[in-house]
Amino acid sequence: MNVGAFRAMRLILHRELSLSFRRPDQLLQPLVFFLIVTTLFPLALSPEMSLLRDMAPGVLWVAALLSSLLSIDALFKGDADDGTLEQLALSGQSLSVIVIAKTIAHWLVSGAALVVMSPLVATALGIPVDAFATMMFSLALGTLTLSWLGAIGAGLTVGLRRGSVLLSLIVLPLAMPLLIFGASATDRAIGGESPAGALYFLASLCVFTSSLAPLAASAALRITLE
Amino acid sequence: MWTWFYRLASPPHVYRTAAALTPWFYAVAAVLIGYGLVDGLVFAPRDYQQGDAFRIIYVHAPSAWLSLFAYTTMAVAGAIALIWRIKVGYAVAAAAAPIGASFTLSALVTGSLWGRPMWGTYWAWDPRLTSELILLFLYFGVISLRQAFEDPARGDRAAALLGVVGVVNVPIVHFSVTWWNSLHQGGTVMRLGKPEMPGSMLWPLLAMLAGFMFFFGAVLCMRVRGEVLNRERQSTWVREAVKS
Repeated sequence: MNVGAFRAMRLILHRELSLSFRRPDQLLQPLVFFLIVTTLFPLALSPEMSLLRDMAPGVLWVAALLSSLLSIDALFKGDADDGTLEQLALSGQSLSVIVIAKTIAHWLVSGAALVVMSPLVATALGIPVDAFATMMFSLALGTLTLSWLGAIGAGLTVGLRRGSVLLSLIVLPLAMPLLIFGASATDRAIGGESPAGALYFLASLCVFTSSLAPLAASAALRITLE
Repeated sequence: MWTWFYRLASPPHVYRTAAALTPWFYAVAAVLIGYGLVDGLVFAPRDYQQGDAFRIIYVHAPSAWLSLFAYTTMAVAGAIALIWRIKVGYAVAAAAAPIGASFTLSALVTGSLWGRPMWGTYWAWDPRLTSELILLFLYFGVISLRQAFEDPARGDRAAALLGVVGVVNVPIVHFSVTWWNSLHQGGTVMRLGKPEMPGSMLWPLLAMLAGFMFFFGAVLCMRVRGEVLNRERQSTWVREAVKS
């Protein structure tokens, strides 16, 4: 059966989304993890509001980074274990198409959900409402970039038995520029300055990874699938 | 032309060439580093601001430069191996990674020793320092990814791909001093026009830089020989080479 690339992408996206909505517990786990990690900081450091407000952007971004890493591990794992990934690779579609569809599906259920939930956490950490738009926009760009980077790492480690720690070791160094610019955008918005510079940087990182990461991730999958 | 290229990159040829080059690289490195150390540590004038403490630059700057150079070598060798399926490329990439990680560590340690008298602290969360630390983590990632695979051929390919992906960090480390307002002093040697350093300080530094490059070449040659021997241990030429 000959299916166009866009139709194939839509089919895989639909499959991925319905698969994850049938397992709501797995959908919620990264979000609950995000909440718990942000709760740890006031407990560990100090519940004082002025201090928390200064730390809030960093706390949000570290928590987003960790929760995204937690869920990206499963990006290809289930399909690789039961052989679906091999069938997809043999389907005649380019592997990049499959990677793009799966990564976008992953971002929709983890990153986008996290963005929607972030005002709740932000209020608890004392971020002013004026900064919410910048924070959510920067998180949206950042989590999408993270999903792309994570797809490369997940592709490289999918064949390994204890790959999840290695995955963090691989992805976290690559994600550090993201953390710097993401936290500084939110920080500037809280301080009432223009966050444009940092947002442009985040957007360019997002475009850069969106265009090149599918190629790198499919090359990684080809190495591990052989 | 291609057959010639592939013959050049064949394991026995690389093994013999590396063996022939190693003593020359060591000799040149010894001369250059010897001159650089004596001239830099004894004869170069004291810095009017930093006093004698600036002399650690003769180890620090070449280490930092080599940490990036070794990464680039590793990534280029990995890319060549991935694209043209030249297996020796994997051996070079695998050999370069631990050397590069050592240079990165050496740059970080000498830098923090230098930071103590100059900035009053061993470590500052400054872009230059942080990005060099990230480079170290990248090296660790590449090294452990290679070892995580049970099939060494797969580990080679995966590590090569990760090395190529991580190359985006090299310009970030190199230009971090210029892009961000940093505690770390700006580049003084690699700039167009006149370097911001008198010749009496500059010449030993350049000698150390070149000496470190030759030292890297020598160690790389030795490690590549080891990697090639290990990878080709089933082949007849290795048995003959070991026997003789």
